[in-house]
Amino acid sequence: MAATILRRLNPAGAAPPRAAPTLDLARRAVSDSSEPLTVETSLPFKPHLVDPPPRTVSTTPRELLAFFRDMALMRRAEIAADSLYKAKLIRGFCHLYDGQEAVAVGMEAAITRRDAIITAYRDHCLYLARGGDLVAAFAELMGRQDGCSRGKGGSMHFYKKDANFYGGHGIVGAQVPLGCGIAFAQRYRKEGTVTFDLYGDGAANQGQLFEALNMAALWKLPVILVCENNHYGMGTAEWKASKSPAYYKRGDYVPGLKVDGMDVLAVKQACKFAKEHVLENGPIILEMDTYRYHGHSMSDPGSTYRTRDEIAGIRQERDPIERVRKLILTHDLATAQELKDMEKEIRKEVDTAIAKAKESPMPDTSELFKNVYVNDCGLESFGVDRKVVRTVLP
Amino acid sequence: MATKAALRELGRNSRAAAGIGGSRGFAAAAAAAPAGVAERSEGGGGGGGTKAVNLFTAVNQALHIALETDPRSYVFGEDVGFGGVFRCTTGLADRFGRNRVFNTPLCEQGIAGFAIGLAAMGNRAIAEVQFADYIFPAFDQIVNEAAKFRYRSGNEFNCGGLTIRSPYGAVGHGGHYHSQSPEAFFCHVPGLKVVIPRSPHEAKGLLLASIRDPNPVVFFEPKWLYRLSVEDVPEGDYMLPLSQAEVIHQGSDITLVGWGAQLAVLEQACEDAAKDGISCELIDLRTLIPWDKETVEASVSKTGKLLVSHEAPITGGFGAEIAASITERCFQRLEAPVARVCGLDTPFPLVYEPFYMPTKNKILDAIKATVNY
Ligand SMILES: Cc1ncc(C[n+]2csc(CCOP(=O)(O)OP(=O)(O)O)c2C)c(N)n1
Ligand SMILES: [Mg+2]
Repeated sequence: MAATILRRLNPAGAAPPRAAPTLDLARRAVSDSSEPLTVETSLPFKPHLVDPPPRTVSTTPRELLAFFRDMALMRRAEIAADSLYKAKLIRGFCHLYDGQEAVAVGMEAAITRRDAIITAYRDHCLYLARGGDLVAAFAELMGRQDGCSRGKGGSMHFYKKDANFYGGHGIVGAQVPLGCGIAFAQRYRKEGTVTFDLYGDGAANQGQLFEALNMAALWKLPVILVCENNHYGMGTAEWKASKSPAYYKRGDYVPGLKVDGMDVLAVKQACKFAKEHVLENGPIILEMDTYRYHGHSMSDPGSTYRTRDEIAGIRQERDPIERVRKLILTHDLATAQELKDMEKEIRKEVDTAIAKAKESPMPDTSELFKNVYVNDCGLESFGVDRKVVRTVLP
Repeated sequence: MATKAALRELGRNSRAAAGIGGSRGFAAAAAAAPAGVAERSEGGGGGGGTKAVNLFTAVNQALHIALETDPRSYVFGEDVGFGGVFRCTTGLADRFGRNRVFNTPLCEQGIAGFAIGLAAMGNRAIAEVQFADYIFPAFDQIVNEAAKFRYRSGNEFNCGGLTIRSPYGAVGHGGHYHSQSPEAFFCHVPGLKVVIPRSPHEAKGLLLASIRDPNPVVFFEPKWLYRLSVEDVPEGDYMLPLSQAEVIHQGSDITLVGWGAQLAVLEQACEDAAKDGISCELIDLRTLIPWDKETVEASVSKTGKLLVSHEAPITGGFGAEIAASITERCFQRLEAPVARVCGLDTPFPLVYEPFYMPTKNKILDAIKATVNY
């Protein structure tokens, strides 16, 4: 990949060998400056029991270009996943993140890899944001050996331990209390790290969420509950399932902040603020007002419970990538053509990664029996069919 | 989820199914021919004819009838107002109104508990859990509240009107959380009934019987067969008896017992075994608890051999209970160890699903090994 993301967030970290250099920055007029630049967030933050952070966000030309590139790469990767699914190279259930990129990228920009992130099944781009490798992502999607979960998890189960990405969970709401446990352990270690605990507007109605909120507040855990409100849980609009869709207020005694989740700078600002807040005061809810362009999963065309006009309107007025493109152009940090070239490069990078991922073999058949227990209980495989399979307990 | 979406999903599933196990669907002829004639309820089959329909349509018909015949019945669950992800509830909200057919928020534990309370007021609460994999958040309510309500209140209260429907089982590419078969967990709970149909005709009759049964019932529907399995189904109202197994084929060499989607696989194994001159007696258990030991016992007393097959992992699966009970009852008659051909003791895998599954050939091998023991 995520070459850019890796470079930006892990400046010391080695770039993956397969990442081709994309842009010759010196030759172009694209700004690589780290001169500070202040930008106002699109909308004011809406607070609950807390003083909101200022709307003016400081950034740099370099950061804005990295935002653009990272989000464009995520967008491209998701669109490619859509094609791979239609070509039946990806099986199982697959949930895409396009539209929501600013949440993953803005959050990552405000924290370090020592902070933890945990999420549900819509996890591809969060993995990429944590420095995940594009080839490993596509290999996982296709159930191949080189996948980030060795081909055993698939779309819904991406993980990256070295970046504290606790990954993708399939049962709606189940990851939220897990995030509290992680945060408890973090506080114990006194390393000043926090957990970003993500869930959807649909998940917000699960009882587990309220159990988690109470524990987090009771024990003052350094956990940020991030409600990615894309306004639908499968085909159900938020207001049809939630008495109060003001998710940032639903923690009652837990402070909250509503953030324009389509504005990467607002997300960054809110996450930075939240991290400081939870280290001092215990949990906070960040409701990210965002949108998914694709249907819920690959079997959902996404157009029966909402209008095409609604989707088109959001694309036109709130798209997170277009917002950054505009900022770059108004501040004259690159030309429109340069950004287009960058997108072309990204497309190539994604295609190359897919080609590589396709070369990765299927997992060994013995993987079916591995990792059930630590010592795998003596489970053995004897082939596809017409063969006995024995279980020997230790 | 959207209607079209569900259709596509199923379209894919059926293609996948055809690709993997050969025709996994229960052939209309095979299922319909020997099926014990439906026990008609008071209405005597509702006077209608029969029509070839698939399994989700049969479920849909049953729900229509349940709502039609009892004004105190309700259908609810995630997205059921739109027809549900598998189309089982299509048209119900339009026909019976949003007060009786409604969407719930995404909260399985709440759905189950709410359903128990509704049933305790003398209503028929028909709740849907979108996938059997998502029934576990509701497990506590089902096990601790629903199953024991009558017992612990000394019959003051009960939630007998409760039926929880949920699609279970493999679909070819469902991965970890869209494929599981959790029936055995519920079979460990006195006070519950667990029912699993194998075909459209069975689904309609058994579902109506489950809804009207005065005990809480967990009704698992084989999602692989929703569209794939098509057979003639009476258009009217009928019920099939609970706790009554059905002998689908008579045979003399070995008894095969299964339920739900696995019946189609067992059926194919039977046919192949017949080519090798082995005569299998095939039994659909239909209700897992309380189960029809007598029918299975009578069959094993005749054949002297038993094979049980299910998709759920072998260890602690309901096959173990059948094996133990029949060994107790038929010890003298058994000529070989009871064979179990089941899912492997691994999580349901994303890749290598056919390895995990109790496929026809695995069953065929076990039939031969048992018969030649
Ligand atoms: C316990 C449980 N119930 C139901 C499902 C099926 N399901 C998967 S995603 C989903 C909708 C979740 O919506 P939301 O929390 O808003 O997340 P989004 O998909 O919008 O990212 C549902 C109902 C599940 N995975 N787990
Ligand atoms: Mg949502």
